[in-house]
Amino acid sequence: MDNSYQAVMARNNEIMLRSVGMDYSKFNTGKIAFDYEGMMAQAGYSLDEVIRIQGETGVGNTPIYELRNLTELVRRTAPRGKGARILIKDEAANPSGSFKARRASVSVYHAKKLGYKGLISATSGNYGAAVASQAAKKGLGCIVVQEVFDSRGIGQPEILEKGRACEAYGAEVVQLTVGPELFYVFLRLLEETGYFNASLYTPFAISGIETLGSEVAGQIREKYGQDPDAVIITHAGGGNVTGTARGLLKAGCKNTKVIGASVDLSGLHMASDGDFNRKSFTTGHTGFGVPFLTWPDRADVPKNAARALRYLDRYVTVTQGEVFYVTEALAQLEGLERGPAGNTSLAAALAIAREMDREQIVVVQETEYTGAGKHPTAQLSFARQQGIEIRRGDPRENVPGKAIVLPTNPGQISVVDYDLNSARRSYLRKATEGYTVEDLDQVDLEFLADETRWSKEKVIEEIRHGLQR
Amino acid sequence: MKEIPAGSWVLVHSIILEPEQRAPQVPADTKKVPLEMWVKGYLEKAALPGDSVTVKTFTGRMVTGKLVEANPAYNHSFGFVPELQRIGGELRAMLAESAGAGKGSKSDG
Repeated sequence: MDNSYQAVMARNNEIMLRSVGMDYSKFNTGKIAFDYEGMMAQAGYSLDEVIRIQGETGVGNTPIYELRNLTELVRRTAPRGKGARILIKDEAANPSGSFKARRASVSVYHAKKLGYKGLISATSGNYGAAVASQAAKKGLGCIVVQEVFDSRGIGQPEILEKGRACEAYGAEVVQLTVGPELFYVFLRLLEETGYFNASLYTPFAISGIETLGSEVAGQIREKYGQDPDAVIITHAGGGNVTGTARGLLKAGCKNTKVIGASVDLSGLHMASDGDFNRKSFTTGHTGFGVPFLTWPDRADVPKNAARALRYLDRYVTVTQGEVFYVTEALAQLEGLERGPAGNTSLAAALAIAREMDREQIVVVQETEYTGAGKHPTAQLSFARQQGIEIRRGDPRENVPGKAIVLPTNPGQISVVDYDLNSARRSYLRKATEGYTVEDLDQVDLEFLADETRWSKEKVIEEIRHGLQR
Repeated sequence: MKEIPAGSWVLVHSIILEPEQRAPQVPADTKKVPLEMWVKGYLEKAALPGDSVTVKTFTGRMVTGKLVEANPAYNHSFGFVPELQRIGGELRAMLAESAGAGKGSKSDG
Protein backbone atom coordinates (compact mmCIF):
# COMPACT_ATOMS: atom_id res chain seq x y z
CA MET A 1 0.00 0.00 0.00
CA ASP A 2 1.19 3.52 -0.84
CA ASN A 3 1.86 5.24 2.49
CA SER A 4 3.13 8.53 1.09
CA TYR A 5 1.62 11.69 2.57
CA GLN A 6 -0.49 12.40 -0.53
CA ALA A 7 -1.76 8.81 -0.86
CA VAL A 8 -2.78 8.49 2.80
CA MET A 9 -4.49 11.90 2.82
CA ALA A 10 -6.39 10.85 -0.32
CA ARG A 11 -7.73 7.82 1.60
CA ASN A 12 -8.97 10.11 4.41
CA ASN A 13 -12.70 9.58 3.76
CA GLU A 14 -12.62 5.79 3.65
CA ILE A 15 -10.35 5.61 6.71
CA MET A 16 -12.77 7.89 8.59
CA LEU A 17 -15.81 5.90 7.56
CA ARG A 18 -14.24 2.71 8.92
CA SER A 19 -12.80 4.24 12.08
CA VAL A 20 -15.81 6.22 13.26
CA GLY A 21 -18.36 3.59 12.27
CA MET A 22 -20.80 6.13 10.89
CA ASP A 23 -21.70 7.48 7.48
CA TYR A 24 -21.85 11.26 7.75
CA SER A 25 -23.13 11.69 4.18
CA LYS A 26 -26.60 10.49 5.17
CA PHE A 27 -27.06 13.69 7.20
CA ASN A 28 -26.40 15.97 4.21
CA THR A 29 -29.59 17.87 3.36
CA GLY A 30 -28.44 20.57 0.94
CA LYS A 31 -25.42 21.97 -0.84
CA ILE A 32 -24.05 23.24 2.46
CA ALA A 33 -26.68 22.16 4.95
CA PHE A 34 -26.65 19.04 7.05
CA ASP A 35 -29.09 17.87 9.69
CA TYR A 36 -27.14 18.75 12.82
CA GLU A 37 -29.86 17.91 15.33
CA GLY A 38 -30.66 14.72 13.43
CA MET A 39 -27.01 13.69 13.60
CA MET A 40 -26.88 14.41 17.33
CA ALA A 41 -30.10 12.48 17.94
CA GLN A 42 -29.32 9.44 15.78
CA ALA A 43 -25.60 9.07 16.21
CA GLY A 44 -25.19 10.49 19.70
CA TYR A 45 -26.76 9.35 22.94
CA SER A 46 -29.65 10.83 24.91
CA LEU A 47 -28.93 12.61 28.18
CA ASP A 48 -30.37 9.67 30.16
CA GLU A 49 -28.20 7.18 28.27
CA VAL A 50 -25.10 9.28 28.86
CA ILE A 51 -25.88 9.52 32.59
CA ARG A 52 -26.12 5.72 32.73
CA ILE A 53 -22.91 5.19 30.70
CA GLN A 54 -20.95 7.67 32.82
CA GLY A 55 -22.36 6.25 36.04
CA GLU A 56 -20.82 2.88 35.16
CA THR A 57 -17.29 4.30 34.98
CA GLY A 58 -17.40 6.89 37.75
CA VAL A 59 -17.54 9.90 35.44
CA GLY A 60 -19.47 13.07 36.29
CA ASN A 61 -21.45 14.13 39.34
CA THR A 62 -18.54 16.34 40.31
CA PRO A 63 -18.91 18.78 43.21
CA ILE A 64 -19.60 22.49 42.78
CA TYR A 65 -17.98 24.95 45.17
CA GLU A 66 -18.83 28.53 46.01
CA LEU A 67 -15.61 30.55 45.85
CA ARG A 68 -16.33 32.85 48.79
CA ASN A 69 -12.90 34.40 49.10
CA LEU A 70 -12.52 35.09 45.38
CA THR A 71 -16.04 36.55 45.32
CA GLU A 72 -15.10 38.82 48.23
CA LEU A 73 -11.95 39.86 46.39
CA VAL A 74 -14.00 40.79 43.30
CA ARG A 75 -16.51 42.76 45.38
CA ARG A 76 -13.67 44.82 46.82
CA THR A 77 -12.74 46.01 43.35
CA ALA A 78 -16.32 46.24 41.98
CA PRO A 79 -18.66 49.25 41.89
CA ARG A 80 -21.33 49.41 44.63
CA GLY A 81 -23.94 46.64 44.30
CA LYS A 82 -21.80 44.71 41.83
CA GLY A 83 -19.80 41.51 42.21
CA ALA A 84 -21.68 38.31 41.39
CA ARG A 85 -21.26 35.12 43.41
CA ILE A 86 -18.64 32.90 41.72
CA LEU A 87 -18.92 29.11 41.72
CA ILE A 88 -16.65 26.50 40.24
CA LYS A 89 -17.43 22.96 39.12
CA ASP A 90 -14.57 20.72 40.19
CA GLU A 91 -14.17 18.63 37.05
CA ALA A 92 -10.72 17.60 38.25
CA ALA A 93 -12.67 15.10 40.37
CA ASN A 94 -13.33 12.99 37.25
CA PRO A 95 -11.32 9.73 36.91
CA SER A 96 -8.58 11.20 34.66
CA GLY A 97 -8.62 14.64 36.27
CA SER A 98 -10.60 16.71 33.78
CA PHE A 99 -14.01 17.12 32.12
CA LYS A 100 -12.57 15.24 29.14
CA ALA A 101 -13.52 11.99 30.92
CA ARG A 102 -17.11 12.86 29.96
CA ARG A 103 -16.25 12.91 26.25
CA ALA A 104 -14.05 9.84 26.46
CA SER A 105 -16.56 7.75 28.42
CA VAL A 106 -19.12 7.86 25.61
CA SER A 107 -16.53 7.37 22.82
CA VAL A 108 -15.06 4.34 24.59
CA TYR A 109 -18.51 2.90 25.38
CA HIS A 110 -19.49 3.30 21.72
CA ALA A 111 -16.23 1.79 20.42
CA LYS A 112 -16.68 -1.24 22.69
CA LYS A 113 -20.31 -1.65 21.63
CA LEU A 114 -19.30 -1.65 17.96
CA GLY A 115 -16.61 -4.27 18.62
CA TYR A 116 -13.46 -2.20 18.09
CA LYS A 117 -10.35 -3.58 19.83
CA GLY A 118 -9.00 -0.17 20.74
CA LEU A 119 -9.07 3.58 20.22
CA ILE A 120 -6.75 6.20 18.82
CA SER A 121 -6.86 9.84 19.76
CA ALA A 122 -4.91 12.67 18.17
CA THR A 123 -4.58 15.06 21.09
CA SER A 124 -1.88 16.80 23.08
CA GLY A 125 -4.41 17.64 25.79
CA ASN A 126 -6.21 16.09 28.75
CA TYR A 127 -8.38 14.10 26.36
CA GLY A 128 -5.58 11.58 25.77
CA ALA A 129 -5.45 10.61 29.44
CA ALA A 130 -9.25 10.54 29.51
CA VAL A 131 -9.46 8.07 26.61
CA ALA A 132 -6.61 6.02 28.10
CA SER A 133 -8.35 5.91 31.49
CA GLN A 134 -11.73 4.91 30.07
CA ALA A 135 -10.12 2.36 27.70
CA ALA A 136 -8.32 0.84 30.71
CA LYS A 137 -11.66 0.35 32.46
CA LYS A 138 -13.16 -1.33 29.38
CA GLY A 139 -10.09 -3.44 28.58
CA LEU A 140 -9.48 -1.79 25.20
CA GLY A 141 -6.20 -0.76 23.58
CA CYS A 142 -5.35 2.91 23.33
CA ILE A 143 -2.91 4.97 21.26
CA VAL A 144 -2.50 8.71 21.79
CA VAL A 145 -0.74 10.79 19.13
CA GLN A 146 0.80 13.98 20.47
CA GLU A 147 2.63 17.02 19.12
CA VAL A 148 5.33 17.37 21.80
CA PHE A 149 8.73 18.54 20.57
CA ASP A 150 10.22 21.35 18.52
CA SER A 151 13.00 20.59 16.04
CA ARG A 152 15.60 21.02 18.83
CA GLY A 153 13.96 18.07 20.59
CA ILE A 154 12.70 20.30 23.42
CA GLY A 155 9.37 19.08 24.73
CA GLN A 156 6.52 21.30 25.95
CA PRO A 157 6.40 20.40 29.68
CA GLU A 158 2.60 20.31 29.87
CA ILE A 159 2.39 17.89 26.94
CA LEU A 160 5.20 15.74 28.36
CA GLU A 161 3.13 15.45 31.54
CA LYS A 162 0.01 14.56 29.61
CA GLY A 163 1.98 11.88 27.78
CA ARG A 164 3.19 10.48 31.08
CA ALA A 165 -0.41 10.36 32.31
CA CYS A 166 -1.48 8.45 29.18
CA GLU A 167 1.26 5.88 29.80
CA ALA A 168 0.23 5.65 33.44
CA TYR A 169 -3.18 4.47 32.20
CA GLY A 170 -1.58 1.91 29.89
CA ALA A 171 -1.77 3.79 26.60
CA GLU A 172 0.84 3.80 23.84
CA VAL A 173 2.02 7.35 23.20
CA VAL A 174 3.31 8.41 19.78
CA GLN A 175 5.30 11.63 20.17
CA LEU A 176 5.85 13.95 17.21
CA THR A 177 7.53 17.23 16.39
CA VAL A 178 5.46 20.26 15.40
CA GLY A 179 3.25 20.14 12.35
CA PRO A 180 -0.24 19.51 11.01
CA GLU A 181 0.99 16.24 9.45
CA LEU A 182 0.18 14.72 12.84
CA PHE A 183 -3.10 13.99 11.10
CA TYR A 184 -1.25 11.91 8.50
CA VAL A 185 0.40 9.80 11.23
CA PHE A 186 -3.01 9.48 12.89
CA LEU A 187 -4.62 8.19 9.67
CA ARG A 188 -1.79 5.67 9.14
CA LEU A 189 -2.28 4.36 12.68
CA LEU A 190 -6.04 4.04 12.19
CA GLU A 191 -5.41 2.08 9.01
CA GLU A 192 -2.73 -0.13 10.57
CA THR A 193 -4.67 -1.03 13.73
CA GLY A 194 -8.34 -0.85 12.70
CA TYR A 195 -8.96 1.01 15.96
CA PHE A 196 -11.82 3.44 16.61
CA ASN A 197 -11.18 7.14 15.98
CA ALA A 198 -11.82 8.66 19.42
CA SER A 199 -12.20 12.10 17.87
CA LEU A 200 -13.09 14.99 20.16
CA TYR A 201 -15.68 16.05 17.63
CA THR A 202 -18.03 13.10 17.07
CA PRO A 203 -21.66 13.24 18.28
CA PHE A 204 -20.66 10.65 20.94
CA ALA A 205 -17.94 12.85 22.39
CA ILE A 206 -20.13 15.95 22.42
CA SER A 207 -23.17 14.23 23.93
CA GLY A 208 -20.84 13.16 26.78
CA ILE A 209 -20.43 16.81 27.83
CA GLU A 210 -24.14 17.55 27.99
CA THR A 211 -24.26 16.09 31.50
CA LEU A 212 -21.86 18.84 32.61
CA GLY A 213 -24.41 21.48 31.67
CA SER A 214 -27.37 19.65 33.15
CA GLU A 215 -25.47 18.99 36.40
CA VAL A 216 -24.60 22.71 36.72
CA ALA A 217 -28.30 23.58 36.28
CA GLY A 218 -29.41 21.03 38.87
CA GLN A 219 -26.75 21.93 41.45
CA ILE A 220 -27.37 25.70 41.24
CA ARG A 221 -31.14 25.28 41.44
CA GLU A 222 -30.85 22.99 44.43
CA LYS A 223 -28.46 25.27 46.31
CA TYR A 224 -29.78 28.71 45.39
CA GLY A 225 -33.28 28.15 43.98
CA GLN A 226 -32.47 29.87 40.69
CA ASP A 227 -30.79 29.28 37.34
CA PRO A 228 -27.17 30.39 36.86
CA ASP A 229 -27.09 33.87 35.31
CA ALA A 230 -23.93 33.09 33.37
CA VAL A 231 -21.76 30.05 32.73
CA ILE A 232 -18.20 30.69 31.60
CA ILE A 233 -16.53 28.00 29.54
CA THR A 234 -12.89 27.70 28.45
CA HIS A 235 -13.08 27.55 24.66
CA ALA A 236 -10.71 25.77 22.30
CA GLY A 237 -12.15 23.31 19.77
CA GLY A 238 -15.74 24.15 20.68
CA GLY A 239 -16.81 20.90 22.35
CA ASN A 240 -16.80 22.26 25.88
CA VAL A 241 -19.02 25.19 24.87
CA THR A 242 -21.32 23.10 22.68
CA GLY A 243 -21.85 20.21 25.09
CA THR A 244 -22.26 22.38 28.17
CA ALA A 245 -24.67 24.75 26.44
CA ARG A 246 -26.74 21.86 25.08
CA GLY A 247 -26.91 20.37 28.58
CA LEU A 248 -28.01 23.70 30.05
CA LEU A 249 -30.72 24.01 27.38
CA LYS A 250 -31.89 20.43 27.95
CA ALA A 251 -32.23 21.30 31.64
CA GLY A 252 -34.34 24.32 30.69
CA CYS A 253 -31.85 27.13 31.43
CA LYS A 254 -33.15 29.41 28.69
CA ASN A 255 -31.86 32.68 30.13
CA THR A 256 -28.39 31.60 31.23
CA LYS A 257 -25.69 33.48 29.32
CA VAL A 258 -23.16 31.17 27.70
CA ILE A 259 -19.76 32.86 27.68
CA GLY A 260 -16.64 31.39 26.07
CA ALA A 261 -13.16 32.38 27.22
CA SER A 262 -9.76 31.74 25.62
CA VAL A 263 -6.20 32.72 26.43
CA ASP A 264 -4.95 35.29 23.96
CA LEU A 265 -2.13 33.81 21.88
CA SER A 266 -2.60 36.12 18.92
CA GLY A 267 0.50 36.50 16.76
CA LEU A 268 1.79 33.00 17.42
CA HIS A 269 1.43 30.48 14.56
CA MET A 270 0.17 27.13 15.81
CA ALA A 271 2.12 25.11 13.20
CA SER A 272 5.35 27.06 13.58
CA ASP A 273 8.37 25.19 14.87
CA GLY A 274 9.80 28.43 16.28
CA ASP A 275 6.58 29.58 18.01
CA PHE A 276 5.72 26.17 19.47
CA ASN A 277 7.65 26.54 22.72
CA ARG A 278 6.98 30.27 23.06
CA LYS A 279 3.46 29.69 24.37
CA SER A 280 2.64 28.68 27.93
CA PHE A 281 -0.83 27.30 27.19
CA THR A 282 -1.30 24.26 25.00
CA THR A 283 -5.10 24.45 24.97
CA GLY A 284 -7.94 26.83 25.82
CA HIS A 285 -6.27 29.46 23.65
CA THR A 286 -7.20 31.57 20.65
CA GLY A 287 -4.96 29.47 18.36
CA PHE A 288 -7.69 26.81 18.48
CA GLY A 289 -10.59 28.94 19.73
CA VAL A 290 -10.80 31.34 16.81
CA PRO A 291 -10.26 28.96 13.87
CA PHE A 292 -12.67 26.36 15.29
CA LEU A 293 -15.26 29.07 15.95
CA THR A 294 -15.09 30.43 12.42
CA TRP A 295 -14.75 27.04 10.70
CA PRO A 296 -15.65 24.03 12.89
CA ASP A 297 -15.37 21.53 10.02
CA ARG A 298 -11.57 21.71 10.07
CA ALA A 299 -11.82 18.84 12.58
CA ASP A 300 -10.69 15.21 12.19
CA VAL A 301 -14.21 14.04 11.25
CA PRO A 302 -16.30 15.07 8.21
CA LYS A 303 -18.88 17.01 10.25
CA ASN A 304 -17.90 18.55 13.56
CA ALA A 305 -20.52 18.04 16.28
CA ALA A 306 -18.92 20.91 18.23
CA ARG A 307 -20.39 24.12 16.81
CA ALA A 308 -19.72 26.87 19.31
CA LEU A 309 -21.08 29.72 17.19
CA ARG A 310 -24.57 28.22 17.65
CA TYR A 311 -24.36 28.56 21.41
CA LEU A 312 -22.11 31.44 22.43
CA ASP A 313 -23.71 34.64 23.74
CA ARG A 314 -20.30 36.23 24.30
CA TYR A 315 -16.66 35.34 23.65
CA VAL A 316 -13.81 36.95 25.58
CA THR A 317 -10.05 36.62 25.83
CA VAL A 318 -7.71 36.91 28.81
CA THR A 319 -3.91 36.96 28.97
CA GLN A 320 -1.54 34.18 30.00
CA GLY A 321 -0.36 36.24 32.99
CA GLU A 322 -3.92 36.72 34.26
CA VAL A 323 -4.66 32.99 34.12
CA PHE A 324 -1.47 32.11 36.02
CA TYR A 325 -2.34 34.77 38.60
CA VAL A 326 -5.87 33.44 39.24
CA THR A 327 -4.51 29.87 39.32
CA GLU A 328 -2.31 30.97 42.19
CA ALA A 329 -5.27 32.78 43.81
CA LEU A 330 -7.46 29.66 43.55
CA ALA A 331 -4.86 27.61 45.43
CA GLN A 332 -3.99 30.27 48.01
CA LEU A 333 -7.48 31.55 48.82
CA GLU A 334 -9.74 28.62 48.06
CA GLY A 335 -7.48 25.67 48.78
CA LEU A 336 -7.86 24.26 45.27
CA GLU A 337 -4.62 23.56 43.42
CA ARG A 338 -5.90 23.14 39.87
CA GLY A 339 -5.21 24.03 36.28
CA PRO A 340 -3.83 26.27 34.81
CA ALA A 341 -5.42 25.93 31.33
CA GLY A 342 -8.83 25.06 32.80
CA ASN A 343 -8.67 28.27 34.83
CA THR A 344 -8.95 30.42 31.71
CA SER A 345 -12.68 30.70 32.38
CA LEU A 346 -11.98 31.53 36.05
CA ALA A 347 -9.81 34.49 35.04
CA ALA A 348 -12.64 35.71 32.81
CA ALA A 349 -15.15 35.12 35.64
CA LEU A 350 -13.26 37.44 37.97
CA ALA A 351 -13.61 40.25 35.44
CA ILE A 352 -17.20 39.45 34.41
CA ALA A 353 -18.48 39.01 37.98
CA ARG A 354 -17.37 42.59 38.60
CA GLU A 355 -19.86 43.78 35.93
CA MET A 356 -22.72 41.68 37.31
CA ASP A 357 -25.06 42.38 40.26
CA ARG A 358 -24.25 40.97 43.68
CA GLU A 359 -27.40 38.83 43.62
CA GLN A 360 -26.37 37.10 40.40
CA ILE A 361 -24.55 33.80 40.01
CA VAL A 362 -21.70 33.08 37.62
CA VAL A 363 -20.46 29.51 37.20
CA VAL A 364 -16.99 28.48 36.05
CA GLN A 365 -17.80 25.03 34.71
CA GLU A 366 -14.44 23.25 34.99
CA THR A 367 -11.20 22.68 36.78
CA GLU A 368 -8.44 20.28 35.69
CA TYR A 369 -5.76 18.37 37.58
CA THR A 370 -2.34 19.94 37.88
CA GLY A 371 1.16 18.60 38.45
CA ALA A 372 4.76 18.68 37.24
CA GLY A 373 4.93 20.19 33.76
CA LYS A 374 1.40 21.62 33.86
CA HIS A 375 1.68 23.77 36.96
CA PRO A 376 2.23 27.57 36.68
CA THR A 377 5.70 27.22 38.23
CA ALA A 378 6.56 24.61 35.60
CA GLN A 379 5.18 26.63 32.69
CA LEU A 380 6.73 29.91 33.80
CA SER A 381 10.13 28.33 34.58
CA PHE A 382 10.08 26.83 31.11
CA ALA A 383 8.97 30.09 29.50
CA ARG A 384 11.83 31.93 31.18
CA GLN A 385 14.29 29.33 29.82
CA GLN A 386 12.87 29.98 26.34
CA GLY A 387 13.69 33.68 26.71
CA ILE A 388 10.19 34.91 27.55
CA GLU A 389 10.14 37.88 29.92
CA ILE A 390 8.27 37.13 33.18
CA ARG A 391 7.35 40.04 35.46
CA ARG A 392 4.70 41.64 37.63
CA GLY A 393 2.84 44.63 36.22
CA ASP A 394 -0.14 45.64 34.14
CA PRO A 395 -1.53 42.52 32.43
CA ARG A 396 -2.34 44.59 29.33
CA GLU A 397 1.41 44.56 28.70
CA ASN A 398 1.33 40.79 27.99
CA VAL A 399 2.69 39.98 24.54
CA PRO A 400 2.19 36.34 23.46
CA GLY A 401 5.58 34.76 22.86
CA LYS A 402 7.49 37.71 24.37
CA ALA A 403 6.24 38.79 27.79
CA ILE A 404 4.06 37.24 30.49
CA VAL A 405 2.95 39.92 32.93
CA LEU A 406 1.40 38.78 36.22
CA PRO A 407 -1.02 41.38 37.60
CA THR A 408 -0.02 43.30 40.71
CA ASN A 409 -3.62 43.29 42.00
CA PRO A 410 -6.85 41.46 41.16
CA GLY A 411 -8.57 44.69 40.07
CA GLN A 412 -6.39 44.66 36.93
CA ILE A 413 -7.93 41.44 35.62
CA SER A 414 -10.10 42.23 32.64
CA VAL A 415 -11.53 40.61 29.54
CA VAL A 416 -11.33 41.67 25.90
CA ASP A 417 -14.49 40.97 23.93
CA TYR A 418 -14.10 39.12 20.64
CA ASP A 419 -16.65 40.33 18.10
CA LEU A 420 -18.97 37.37 17.43
CA ASN A 421 -20.43 39.10 14.37
CA SER A 422 -17.03 39.15 12.73
CA ALA A 423 -16.68 35.44 13.57
CA ARG A 424 -20.08 34.84 11.93
CA ARG A 425 -19.01 36.73 8.79
CA SER A 426 -15.80 34.75 8.65
CA TYR A 427 -17.78 31.50 9.02
CA LEU A 428 -20.22 32.52 6.26
CA ARG A 429 -17.38 33.36 3.87
CA LYS A 430 -15.89 29.91 4.36
CA ALA A 431 -19.20 28.01 4.30
CA THR A 432 -20.47 29.70 1.11
CA GLU A 433 -17.18 29.67 -0.79
CA GLY A 434 -17.93 29.20 -4.50
CA TYR A 435 -21.68 29.88 -4.09
CA THR A 436 -23.91 32.89 -4.67
CA VAL A 437 -27.19 33.35 -2.76
CA GLU A 438 -29.07 32.14 -5.88
CA ASP A 439 -27.10 28.87 -5.92
CA LEU A 440 -28.30 27.98 -2.43
CA ASP A 441 -31.54 26.24 -1.49
CA GLN A 442 -33.92 27.25 1.29
CA VAL A 443 -32.55 24.43 3.45
CA ASP A 444 -29.03 25.87 3.11
CA LEU A 445 -30.14 29.36 4.13
CA GLU A 446 -32.04 27.98 7.11
CA PHE A 447 -28.97 25.97 8.11
CA LEU A 448 -26.74 29.04 7.88
CA ALA A 449 -29.25 30.99 9.98
CA ASP A 450 -29.02 28.28 12.67
CA GLU A 451 -25.23 28.27 12.46
CA THR A 452 -24.91 32.04 12.86
CA ARG A 453 -28.02 32.77 14.97
CA TRP A 454 -28.87 35.42 12.40
CA SER A 455 -32.19 35.66 10.57
CA LYS A 456 -32.37 34.19 7.07
CA GLU A 457 -32.69 37.73 5.71
CA LYS A 458 -29.57 38.80 7.54
CA VAL A 459 -27.69 35.74 6.22
CA ILE A 460 -28.71 36.63 2.62
CA GLU A 461 -27.67 40.24 3.11
CA GLU A 462 -24.31 39.21 4.57
CA ILE A 463 -23.55 36.73 1.78
CA ARG A 464 -24.38 39.38 -0.88
CA HIS A 465 -22.33 41.98 0.96
CA GLY A 466 -19.44 39.54 1.36
CA LEU A 467 -19.43 38.77 -2.38
CA GLN A 468 -19.17 42.47 -3.22
CA ARG A 469 -16.06 42.90 -1.10
CA MET B 1 28.86 1.84 24.13
CA LYS B 2 26.93 -0.74 26.08
CA GLU B 3 24.59 -3.14 24.31
CA ILE B 4 20.95 -2.94 25.37
CA PRO B 5 19.52 -6.41 25.99
CA ALA B 6 16.48 -7.79 24.17
CA GLY B 7 13.26 -7.27 26.11
CA SER B 8 14.37 -3.87 27.49
CA TRP B 9 11.85 -1.00 27.58
CA VAL B 10 13.31 1.46 25.08
CA LEU B 11 12.69 4.65 23.10
CA VAL B 12 13.05 4.63 19.30
CA HIS B 13 13.19 7.56 16.91
CA SER B 14 12.34 7.89 13.24
CA ILE B 15 11.88 10.51 10.54
CA ILE B 16 8.33 10.43 9.19
CA LEU B 17 8.61 13.17 6.57
CA GLU B 18 11.77 14.79 5.21
CA PRO B 19 11.60 18.59 4.81
CA GLU B 20 10.76 18.31 1.10
CA GLN B 21 7.87 15.91 1.86
CA ARG B 22 6.13 18.21 4.32
CA ALA B 23 2.55 19.41 3.83
CA PRO B 24 2.14 22.49 1.62
CA GLN B 25 0.39 24.54 4.33
CA VAL B 26 3.17 24.40 6.97
CA PRO B 27 4.92 27.70 7.79
CA ALA B 28 8.42 28.36 6.45
CA ASP B 29 10.34 27.54 9.66
CA THR B 30 8.57 24.18 10.03
CA LYS B 31 9.14 23.37 6.36
CA LYS B 32 12.91 23.51 6.91
CA VAL B 33 12.89 20.61 9.37
CA PRO B 34 11.70 16.98 9.19
CA LEU B 35 8.66 15.56 10.98
CA GLU B 36 10.13 13.29 13.66
CA MET B 37 8.53 10.59 15.79
CA TRP B 38 9.41 8.86 19.07
CA VAL B 39 7.74 5.65 20.24
CA LYS B 40 8.40 3.39 23.25
CA GLY B 41 8.31 -0.39 23.31
CA TYR B 42 10.07 -3.63 24.25
CA LEU B 43 13.25 -4.25 22.25
CA GLU B 44 13.02 -7.33 20.01
CA LYS B 45 16.79 -8.04 19.68
CA ALA B 46 19.80 -6.79 21.64
CA ALA B 47 21.31 -3.68 20.01
CA LEU B 48 23.43 -0.58 20.49
CA PRO B 49 22.05 2.96 20.72
CA GLY B 50 21.85 4.33 17.17
CA ASP B 51 21.10 0.91 15.63
CA SER B 52 17.98 0.38 13.58
CA VAL B 53 15.74 -1.83 15.72
CA THR B 54 12.20 -3.16 16.09
CA VAL B 55 10.15 -2.74 19.24
CA LYS B 56 6.80 -4.11 20.38
CA THR B 57 4.61 -1.30 21.78
CA PHE B 58 1.98 -1.37 24.56
CA THR B 59 -0.73 -2.12 21.99
CA GLY B 60 1.34 -4.90 20.37
CA ARG B 61 2.40 -2.95 17.26
CA MET B 62 5.83 -3.65 15.79
CA VAL B 63 7.63 -0.36 15.19
CA THR B 64 11.02 0.14 13.53
CA GLY B 65 13.29 3.04 14.38
CA LYS B 66 16.68 4.13 15.58
CA LEU B 67 17.39 3.02 19.15
CA VAL B 68 17.73 6.07 21.44
CA GLU B 69 17.94 4.74 25.01
CA ALA B 70 16.72 2.15 27.50
CA ASN B 71 14.36 3.01 30.35
CA PRO B 72 13.46 6.50 29.09
CA ALA B 73 12.82 8.77 32.09
CA TYR B 74 10.25 11.46 32.80
CA ASN B 75 12.26 14.60 33.50
CA HIS B 76 9.62 17.33 33.43
CA SER B 77 9.48 19.14 36.72
CA PHE B 78 8.23 22.26 38.52
CA GLY B 79 11.11 24.70 38.90
CA PHE B 80 10.58 27.84 40.93
CA VAL B 81 9.18 31.25 40.04
CA PRO B 82 9.75 34.07 42.57
CA GLU B 83 7.12 36.29 40.91
CA LEU B 84 4.44 33.68 41.70
CA GLN B 85 5.59 33.06 45.23
CA ARG B 86 4.40 36.44 46.62
CA ILE B 87 0.89 36.44 45.13
CA GLY B 88 -0.73 34.30 47.85
CA GLY B 89 0.48 36.50 50.69
CA GLU B 90 -0.63 39.68 48.95
CA LEU B 91 -4.12 38.33 48.33
CA ARG B 92 -4.50 37.03 51.89
CA ALA B 93 -3.51 40.45 53.21
CA MET B 94 -6.09 42.12 50.97
CA LEU B 95 -8.82 39.79 52.23
CA ALA B 96 -7.85 40.33 55.87
CA GLU B 97 -8.05 44.08 55.31
CA SER B 98 -11.45 43.68 53.70
CA ALA B 99 -12.74 41.59 56.63
CA GLY B 100 -11.58 44.34 58.99
CA ALA B 101 -13.37 46.99 56.91
CA GLY B 102 -16.54 44.87 56.96
CA LYS B 103 -16.57 44.71 60.78
CA GLY B 104 -16.05 48.45 61.02
CA SER B 105 -18.96 49.27 58.78
CA LYS B 106 -21.22 46.90 60.70
CA SER B 107 -20.59 48.63 64.05
CA ASP B 108 -21.16 52.00 62.36
CA GLY B 109 -24.62 50.94 61.20
